Amino acid sequence: MKIVLDHLTKRFPNRNKDGGFVTAVSDFTFEIPDGKLVGLLGPSGCGKSTMLNMICGLEVPSEGRIYFGEDDVTELPPENRGVGMVFQSYALYPHLTVMQNITFPLENLKGKDKLTKEQMKAKALEAARLVQIEQLMERKPSEMSGGQQQRVAIARALVKKPRVLLLDEPLSNLDARLRLQTREEIRRIQKETKITTVFVTHDQEEAMSISDLIVVMSAGVLQQIGKPQEVYDDPVNLFVAKFLGTPAINVFTGKIRNHRLFIGDEPVMHVQEDDREVYVGIRPEGFILDENGPFTCALNRVEVMGRDTSVVSTHPLCENVVVRSIISTEDKPDPDAQDVHFFLKPQKTLLFDRNTQERIYYHEVPEAL
Amino acid sequence: MNTRSLKPWLYLLPAILFLTAFMVYPLFDVFVYSVEEGYNFASQTYSGTGIYNYSYVLHDQYFLQAVKNTFILVIITVPLSTGIALLISLGLNSLPKLKDLYQTIFFLPYVTNTLAVGLVFMILFKKTPYSEGFVNLLIHFFGGESVDFIEGPYWAKMFVMCFYTVWIVLPFKILILTSALASVDQDLYKAAKVDGTSRLRIFYKITLPMISPMIFYLIITGFIGAFKAYSDVVAIFGVNLNAAGMNTIVGYVYDMLYGDSGGYPSFASAAALILFAIVLTITCINLLVSRKKVYYD
Ligand SMILES: Nc1ncnc2c1ncn2[C@@H]1O[C@H](COP(=O)(O)OP(=O)(O)OP(=O)(O)O)[C@@H](O)[C@H]1O
Ligand SMILES: [Mg+2]
Repeated sequence: MKIVLDHLTKRFPNRNKDGGFVTAVSDFTFEIPDGKLVGLLGPSGCGKSTMLNMICGLEVPSEGRIYFGEDDVTELPPENRGVGMVFQSYALYPHLTVMQNITFPLENLKGKDKLTKEQMKAKALEAARLVQIEQLMERKPSEMSGGQQQRVAIARALVKKPRVLLLDEPLSNLDARLRLQTREEIRRIQKETKITTVFVTHDQEEAMSISDLIVVMSAGVLQQIGKPQEVYDDPVNLFVAKFLGTPAINVFTGKIRNHRLFIGDEPVMHVQEDDREVYVGIRPEGFILDENGPFTCALNRVEVMGRDTSVVSTHPLCENVVVRSIISTEDKPDPDAQDVHFFLKPQKTLLFDRNTQERIYYHEVPEAL
Repeated sequence: MNTRSLKPWLYLLPAILFLTAFMVYPLFDVFVYSVEEGYNFASQTYSGTGIYNYSYVLHDQYFLQAVKNTFILVIITVPLSTGIALLISLGLNSLPKLKDLYQTIFFLPYVTNTLAVGLVFMILFKKTPYSEGFVNLLIHFFGGESVDFIEGPYWAKMFVMCFYTVWIVLPFKILILTSALASVDQDLYKAAKVDGTSRLRIFYKITLPMISPMIFYLIITGFIGAFKAYSDVVAIFGVNLNAAGMNTIVGYVYDMLYGDSGGYPSFASAAALILFAIVLTITCINLLVSRKKVYYD
């Protein structure tokens, strides 16, 4: 089932008694297609949890509507929306066994939905089997590892067969290896159940690796929606460009003069744009090492990491501490050299307006022009 | 013994000496007194050893009355005060804005002197030639017969006693329970809400188990505290508790030692040890029950 968010805004009263408001989510409009896994991505405090709580029904939006399919659910309490939620802290009931935790939501069912003990057990086991914890049913949460607790939380969220599954930073309490494993698991479960899923994270790599779509937000405002690779290749502004990718994009202050893009005094590329001040964002894989390259950096060190070689250098106009470029191991530069020279790949070199930080879509033109 | 195993004992030495001098030795002494028959205070002699002192105390009308009073006090006030404290704490917890103010108000009895509070209760309940007492004025207002709560019928005095005890222990219990409630992970409530759990079920299935260690702590200390009631009773009914029929076990022990009919350390010791046995038994029962019912992290 698709989810439509229509001009959603959430304001919280300010604590400073000045009558002001904190706008946690501002005029958010987008559509989550049926059966997709959507990664909601943004830095800490940007309103991701608030967003999720509104979809779930724990918070009422200040403005805007929420639709599940064709139904307007804006006013519905959580239990009538058919949502399952997994919290960052797992929120397992510590005094109950895994079985009791998973059957807890079922015991709330009333009237014609009421289930017998056997039906509840069967459903709980089914959910447990999906997340592969059926052999742990009699344990208490404190007797399990973080990863296992996480699975129990997912099983509990799935046991009522929700129409929408919401996960709020479900992996942030796990160690690096378990995180990789669990996120694959979440992907697998989502594919198996085909439940429309919203996955909140501040880890861009996590979002990129498992989402069908990512939604990047900053300070409560929607920045960009798209397939992970599209958003990475084609960020709409400097924030999105900086937020996605490890190692991060290298950002330089630059200018366009006479259809030539300058970083410092060096013309690095010919473009069609008119004169203006810009930020130049170059992805680490956007550098081509070449003696005759127009762009020069002071070589710092060369790091070989398996297949790739990472050239770490510095440039006075670079906003990052160092310029990181990733090149194939064959073109390793001389580690004792003073400088390194690069050509820039135009599709990996992104321009942004210096004031608005919005993307400038430019055309590269041959040098002859 | 090598120095390694000696060291911890050395660190503990001051505490051990202190505890021995002021706790273990007096306890032992009490036991010795309690089995010395015919002890004479003036000459510090006794005629023999045995269980006569216990037998005397257990057949003493005043002691039996004191045991009855104490038990009634315990059985009524411990559940009542814990229950009321829980209700108030739940209320405070759902009114965050008023919480600070109310916490101060509810805490006032805790920092007020027992005797001062006792005096206030006297004024509220006592009937004098000049005044009926505030509570009686209220009863009159609603058309009832005035009751002498301080020197009148037994149930009236018991009522005042229980009222007072509940009131005096409430603030501490409220303080403990509000902080216990505040420390419950809020995500648990959110999770329960997403699943459409009713408020009643949230209370029984989540809140109560999560704060059960603190409730249990309050019940145990409540039992022990109520069994040791004495100064509160004196504050309301004066020192002649036997005459008022409102004596407690600790009051009986005190009277046997220092009261008008005092000077019987053997009887006092026997009574004290009987109290000790009662408290020990009840605490053990509590612990056994709690093992089943209380959830610990
Ligand atoms: N109940 C509330 N009252 C007032 N302000 C709130 C409330 N909840 C959230 N906020 C504010 O709204 C903003 C967004 O908070 P939110 O919890 O949604 O961030 P987040 O993106 O989930 O952050 P994180 O990644 O750290 O979890 C923050 O500035 C926060 O201070
Ligand atoms: Mg959050």
